Amino acid sequence: MKVAITSTGESLESRLDQRFGRCAFFVIYDTETGGVEILPNPNKDAVEGAGPASVRLVASKDVKKIISGEFGVNIKPLLDSLKIQMVAIREPERTVKSVIDMLKNNQ
Amino acid sequence: MSPRPKRLRRVSNPPVISGFKPYGGLAKAGKPQSVFLHLEEYEVLRLCDYENFNHHEAARVMNVSRPTLTRIYSKARAKIADALVTGKQIIIEGGKVYFDSEWYKCNGCGCLFNQPEKSVTPEKCTLCGDNSIVTYDPVDDPAPDARRSFSDICVCPACGYEKRHEHSRRCRDERCLVCGSRLMRKNNLPATDI
Repeated sequence: MKVAITSTGESLESRLDQRFGRCAFFVIYDTETGGVEILPNPNKDAVEGAGPASVRLVASKDVKKIISGEFGVNIKPLLDSLKIQMVAIREPERTVKSVIDMLKNNQ
Repeated sequence: MSPRPKRLRRVSNPPVISGFKPYGGLAKAGKPQSVFLHLEEYEVLRLCDYENFNHHEAARVMNVSRPTLTRIYSKARAKIADALVTGKQIIIEGGKVYFDSEWYKCNGCGCLFNQPEKSVTPEKCTLCGDNSIVTYDPVDDPAPDARRSFSDICVCPACGYEKRHEHSRRCRDERCLVCGSRLMRKNNLPATDI
């Protein structure tokens, strides 16, 4: 299963981005292979519609779970209809690596 | 020009059955003709005729406008009437809907998560695997301050009025206090002189 984690930077040491639609990078972690892919978010500076556009981006990568800080109001209907799970962690200090470690320990 | 895409209609739970079959009388042997009742039409009947909501309330529950709800309702009644009068079977499927998922909170790591698959009830946290999870209602959130952790700005495109973006409120639903225009999210790119 693939998991998307919103990140503020391009490395695993970066902190979790508290925003979903306008996060800086998506870290896509594959729980089966342990592989990691880092995608820059083209909607980072969007004025409107960043959320739905980001949903399309991660859905095209066949992601089944998204981990971020918060999700905007437009996101939940879209993700519910695509059956993608949302996880909100309201800790701005948490690093992407620690989130991946939690997922690893949970298997 | 292509028409505006339909809004996703919120349906709280999938129906307990997937349809109805006619029997007796002049119902012909073999496969009867079918009427396809969309899931949104099923939900409208449930809200308006079973729960006795008025159209305003039901529209709010389904996240559509009141006129749209009334249109879905009349279509639902027309289909049911057709099935009853002409002896067709009713199949409940299709429609532009989503099933509203519930939020859960993990007491172990403090994260919130939802369960998009309605048929399974989660037993442990999807992130840390802790067994201590409770259902969570975002409406009575005790710590809204945690939502202010990012500093986006809403800006008025007409006069440049700025205010701090409030989470879970769309910028275009906010009005400028100076000139009354709809606000937009401020672009994070550095300003350029044109």
